[in-house]
Amino acid sequence: MADQFRHTNPDIDVHAMGEMHEHPTWKEYKWVALILTLITVAEVWVYYTPLQNSPVFVPLLLIMSAVKFAIVVLFYMHLKYDHRIFKALFTGPLIIAMATLVSLLFLFGKFAGR
Amino acid sequence: MTTAAVASHAHPPTSTGLDHRKIAIWAFIGSECMLFASLISTYLIYKGRSVNGPFPHEACNPPLCATPLKPILNIPVTSISTFVLLMSSLAMVLALAAVENKGKPGYEGIFGSSKLWLMMTAILGTTFLGFQAYEFTSFVHEGLTIRTNLFGSSFFTLTGFHGAHVTAGVLWLLTLFAIDVKRGLGPKDALLVDISALYWHFVDVVWIAIFTLVYLIK
Repeated sequence: MADQFRHTNPDIDVHAMGEMHEHPTWKEYKWVALILTLITVAEVWVYYTPLQNSPVFVPLLLIMSAVKFAIVVLFYMHLKYDHRIFKALFTGPLIIAMATLVSLLFLFGKFAGR
Repeated sequence: MTTAAVASHAHPPTSTGLDHRKIAIWAFIGSECMLFASLISTYLIYKGRSVNGPFPHEACNPPLCATPLKPILNIPVTSISTFVLLMSSLAMVLALAAVENKGKPGYEGIFGSSKLWLMMTAILGTTFLGFQAYEFTSFVHEGLTIRTNLFGSSFFTLTGFHGAHVTAGVLWLLTLFAIDVKRGLGPKDALLVDISALYWHFVDVVWIAIFTLVYLIK
């Protein structure tokens, strides 16, 4: 089934859709789903281990969450293969949103005393 | 990729050569990033500042609470609902692939059917909403409402907004399914399914962030 999901249909207006390359295959989608599941299992496992009292607990969870976020955006949302305008439309507001979030946490003293 | 106007049967020429609907959905998703960042910020700022229980990760005992209350978040149930939403994203990409490749060899079978994957995505989305309804109901029974404390206010607002987005996504998917049943979705409709898929995956990535920041980090 691997080659069945190649994005090669001439009826699709790939220029209008802004796609620069072929989409992942069914096999790749399956691997992406497996990796996302394994990371989720790891996140929950970490939650129930003594690691939760360790200083690496929060950074570890944030890194795993960021990896899952990036995998979905790059492969399932096809941003890896899409036009740079779409990349800019997503990453620009995302950076502003992240900066706002971190700034607000600083302003309200959430990082104080650490 | 050319930046000149592209004449096509599917859409009128544009200055970027890109379909305005796809640009619009990405701009909308960008604005949604900021909406959810503000809701998550509010939750994190109020986190740990509730003066009365129930609390998310800590037990609440008298005199702080009238009766002893255990930590209210149910991580095993939420982990399953997170897995369900992740699998719905897989079903969504398979639906898009089925629409894009309709009529090609190997797509005659059930697993190449866009109807199957669109309905599967809608069912998984509805299952996620069922888990959320169960969670909200159990919280109310345990004494946590949107008016109980800062945790309740920010938690129900954040997850409620996300649930409303999932509900809108399910309705969108069911509309596409109805169109597919009525006249069939083919490669010329790929953009319509692509736009709904982008929205659905965005709802998924927002939950990825909420699951970690709200449920797992104490």
